[in-house]
Amino acid sequence: MNREIAVVAFAQTDHRRTSEELSEVELLMPVLHDVLARTGLRTADLDFVCSGSSDYLAGRAFSFTLALDGVGAWPPISESHVEMDGAWALYEAWTKLRTGDADTALVYAYGKSSPGSLRDVLTRQLDPYYVAPLWPDSVALAALQAQALIDAGDTDEPALAAVAARNRENATANPHAQLRGPVPHGDHVVRPLRRGDCAPVGDGAAAVILAAGERARALTERPAWIRGIDHRVEAHGLGVRDLTDSPSTRLAAEHAGAFERPVDTAELHAPFTSQEIVLRKALRLGDGVRVNPSGGALAAHPVMAAGLIRIGEAAARIHRGASDRALAHATSGPCLQQNLVAVLEGDPR
Amino acid sequence: MSKEPVAVVGIGQTRHVAARRDVSIAGLVREAARRALDDAELTWADVDAVVIGKAPDFFEGVMMPELYLADALGAVGKPMLRVHTAGSVGGSTALVAATQVAARVHRTVLTVAFEKQSESNAMWGLSLPIPFQQPLLAGAGGFFAPHVRAYMRRSGAPDHIGALVAYKDRRNALKNPHAHLHEHDITLEKVQASPMLWDPIRYSETCPSSDGACAMVLTDRAGAARSPRPAAWLHGGAMRSEPTLFAGKDFVSPRAGRDCAADVYRQAGVTDPRRDIDAVEMYVPFSWYEPMWLENLGFAAEGEGWKLTEAGVTELDGDLPVNMSGGVLSTNPIGASGMIRFAEAALQVRGQAGEHQVGGARRVLGHAYGGGSQFFAMWLVGSAPPDA
Repeated sequence: MNREIAVVAFAQTDHRRTSEELSEVELLMPVLHDVLARTGLRTADLDFVCSGSSDYLAGRAFSFTLALDGVGAWPPISESHVEMDGAWALYEAWTKLRTGDADTALVYAYGKSSPGSLRDVLTRQLDPYYVAPLWPDSVALAALQAQALIDAGDTDEPALAAVAARNRENATANPHAQLRGPVPHGDHVVRPLRRGDCAPVGDGAAAVILAAGERARALTERPAWIRGIDHRVEAHGLGVRDLTDSPSTRLAAEHAGAFERPVDTAELHAPFTSQEIVLRKALRLGDGVRVNPSGGALAAHPVMAAGLIRIGEAAARIHRGASDRALAHATSGPCLQQNLVAVLEGDPR
Repeated sequence: MSKEPVAVVGIGQTRHVAARRDVSIAGLVREAARRALDDAELTWADVDAVVIGKAPDFFEGVMMPELYLADALGAVGKPMLRVHTAGSVGGSTALVAATQVAARVHRTVLTVAFEKQSESNAMWGLSLPIPFQQPLLAGAGGFFAPHVRAYMRRSGAPDHIGALVAYKDRRNALKNPHAHLHEHDITLEKVQASPMLWDPIRYSETCPSSDGACAMVLTDRAGAARSPRPAAWLHGGAMRSEPTLFAGKDFVSPRAGRDCAADVYRQAGVTDPRRDIDAVEMYVPFSWYEPMWLENLGFAAEGEGWKLTEAGVTELDGDLPVNMSGGVLSTNPIGASGMIRFAEAALQVRGQAGEHQVGGARRVLGHAYGGGSQFFAMWLVGSAPPDA
C-alpha cells in the first residue's frame, strides 16, 4: 500500500513584469511566510525542503544558496534542489515522502526574468555545439510548432486568439495574474504567433507544502491528494519530433492515472496558445473540463515557478471545494520537450 | 512503512583528464553511463529513469543540460531529473536516485554526474561579480584557506599535515587507472616545495580541474538478485544543509556535516564509526580537509583528526584508509566528484576496486560537501543487504 500524500497549502506572489527593487530572496520570503502560515508550521517543523530555480536566470552561479539562507536552515535541514521548474522539485519531495523518511515537505520555486532577455537566455538550453550558436529564440521555436499545427489542420490563427482570450478572461478572477481581461492580440512576434499568443515575461515565486496521510488531514480541511505523478522527456532535436503531438505528456498522464477517470479541472503549463492545443489533444481533455481557471501561463509566467503554480492552483481548487479531481501539468525545454502530469483529488463529498 | 532495499549493481567512470577534446559533453556522459550499464550487464531498455547532476550550468555554459543530454543517456520516453546542490551534487544526485528505488517509484535507475570544465573556466564561473555581496575571493581556495588556518589554530596541528595528505592521495591515485593526476615522481618534499597559492594551501595540496563523468545503476532487491557481480547495498543516506554565512557558523566543523553523518549512522546502526566503518571516500579538495572531516564525521575527537593522518591511519594500508582512489585531490570534475566518492565506496564493498582495494572492506562511507561548507550528502554502503 502506497502512502497517501497531499498538497496541503499553496502560496504565490503577484506576478509582475519587473521586480527590480527586490532580490530573489526578497521576492520569495513573503511566499514562504504565507505558505507556512496557512498550516501553522514553522521551518524547523518541516522534514524535507526542495526547491527549483535557475542560475542562468539569476545570472550567477549557486544562486539558490541565498534563497536557502532566507528559508532559515538552522538548525541544519534535510534539503535538496533541482535546476528545473519547481514542479520537479515537488516530484523529488513526493518520492521522499513515499519512503516514509519524511511526513512533511516544503517545495518552493522562483524566477526573475526581468534582468535579462528571456528569449535570448533560453537559447542557452539548446544543443551547445550545433544549435545554440545560432541563437534560435524561444518564440521562434514555438512558432515552428504553431506553424506545424496550422499546416496539419489542427488550428488556425483565430482559434489561437480564442485560446488567449479565454485564458485571460479566466484570469480576471486571479488577483496574482500579470495579464487579465481583454488583452490586445497585437502584431506578429514570429509568424504565426502574435504578442497575445505568448506568455508575458515576468517575475514571481510560489511555494507548496506536502504532507503524508493523517498529517495532511490534520493540516488542512480538504487535502488535495496526489493520486499520481509522472514526468517524461523527449528527444532534444526538433527534427526528430512530431511537434503537433506530445507523446511525453500522454505517457506521463497514463502513468499518473489521468485517464482512469475524468478530471473536472486541468491547469496546463502552456506558455504559447498553440501549446495548449497540443496538450489538450495529448491529455484528451473534453469540453466538460475547466481548463486553466487561473488563466494559466498566458496570464502569468514566472519561469521556474510556472509549473509548480499549476499544481498549486489545481490543489487550491480542491482545497476550497471547486474541484474533486484535477490534472496539473508542467513543461520544460523547447516546444514541450519535457512534461510532468499530476492528478489531484479531494476526499469524496 | 517499509522501504525497498537499494543496491548498486553497475558503476562506470570516464577517463578523467584536464581536457577531453575527443568527446562532446554528450559523449562524455554516455561513456560513463555505458560503462555502468556494461558493469551491470544491462541495456538502456532496462533503465526506468535517469537522475543527472552537475555543478553550476555556467561551468559549461549550457542551461539545463539535461534537455540536450536526454538522447545521449537513453532517457527519451523516460523520467529525467536534474539535481544541483553545489559541490555536494554528485552525492545528492545518487541519493535522489536511491530514493526513487527505495520509494518503489522506479525499479532500476541510472544516475549520472559530470563536469566538462574545459568547456569554460570554473574559477571565473565562480567569480561573477555580484552587487552588494562579497566576492568568492578568486575561486574556492581563497574561501577555504582561512578555515584551514582556523583549524590549525584550534587543533594545534603541525604545518606538515596537509602535505602528508596530498602525498598519500597522489600516491593512491597511481593505483587508480581512472584518476586524472598520475604523478609517478611524487615525493613529500615536492609537495612541500610547491608554490604557495592561498596560505597555507600549496599548489600540490589543491585539486585539479578535470573533465569527467561518473554513473551508477541503482536497483531493487529483485534487480540485485539478477546482478552478475556483487551488489553494494545502501545502509544509510542523508543530506543536510545550513546557511552560507551567519554569526556562530563553525566553518571548521559545520553542524550540517555532523548532523548528516549522525543520520546516516543511525540508519545504518553504526554506533562507533571508527570501529564499524572500514574505509572512507571523503570530499577533500584541499588537503587539510582530511583531518577536518575526520573530526566532523566522528572518526576522531575534536582536535585529534590530524593525529590519525600523521600516524598513517588513513594510508591505503592503514587502519582507516581514506580516499583510496586518490580522492578529489587527484581528480576533480566538480559536479561528478561527489558521485565518484559514492561510487568508489560502492566499488570497495563489491571488492572491485582493483589495485586500490582495501582487503575485507564491508562497510564504506562516501561523503560529499559543497557551497561554503554548507551542503552535505553522504551514504554508507555495505557488502551485505541492510537486513542481514
